[in-house]
Amino acid sequence: MRILSAIPSLMLLAAGVAAAATSNPARDAILAAFAAEAKQADPAFAGFSAERGQAFWTTAHAGGKPDTPSCTSCHTPDPTREGQTRAGKQIAPMAISRTPDRFTDPEKVAKWFGRNCNSVLGRDCTAAEKGDVITYLAGK
Amino acid sequence: MKRLALPLCLAIGIVGSGARAEEGLVVPPVEHVATLKECGACHLAFPPQMLPARSWRKLMADLANHFGESAVLPQATRAEIAAYLAANAGDAAISKHGRLFMRGIDATQTPLRITQTPFWQAAHEEVAAAAFLSDAVKTPSNCAACHRAAAKGVFGESEEE
Repeated sequence: MRILSAIPSLMLLAAGVAAAATSNPARDAILAAFAAEAKQADPAFAGFSAERGQAFWTTAHAGGKPDTPSCTSCHTPDPTREGQTRAGKQIAPMAISRTPDRFTDPEKVAKWFGRNCNSVLGRDCTAAEKGDVITYLAGK
Repeated sequence: MKRLALPLCLAIGIVGSGARAEEGLVVPPVEHVATLKECGACHLAFPPQMLPARSWRKLMADLANHFGESAVLPQATRAEIAAYLAANAGDAAISKHGRLFMRGIDATQTPLRITQTPFWQAAHEEVAAAAFLSDAVKTPSNCAACHRAAAKGVFGESEEE
């Protein structure tokens, strides 16, 4: 029961972290690199969009592996919630308000987009797609 | 509440079941850092003793198609984990429990799922198929849903159900 009574203070702590989580130098650098790459691929690129990111997140994509048609297959449609791998292991929420160190480690970002884009879409994601998704989750 | 209650039970389970755990199946816990980190990101880092070396080699050779997902790793990490798994596999010379898990696996077979091995199937014979598909378990590969101390190598009889 002692654990349960600690919940309100934990929630306050989480709220405090959320306010500070929107900007992070490491994440900004990752986004800047994706922006440069997106601009190179398409000179008309005019910045990332949380709306496009949300649409990408919730779409059932074609071309990937049958068990994982969407980001939501494992992460659920609500990124503030915990997800679950197909093997049953819990995944910490992807929303930055809930898991502040998301998208701050370039290697981890490369590894998981590399795997998951190929699982879900059957191809690598474009820099624009990755930046849109991060932008969407940074606002969640 | 449900999510919080679960780890609480778990903690009590581990503390309270020490004696019981010794009655069950105990294997050396996986302590290889890369295996714990990379395999353990999605599922229990399964004890290498539970499959023969040829199975681990085959599995680690096609991480782009890993049970319906891409689990690709940088080549050096992949090789390091593959070497650890093969060296500690059920049919490796140093494997302590290997013989138990290798029982009934024909030399011509290369099972890719621990749940396909005769040992696993015999051990879970009495578990209802529906229990594996429940929300709490989801899949038979989710060992820790029932074997709470699986990460410590303890696969005793489950206290639940």
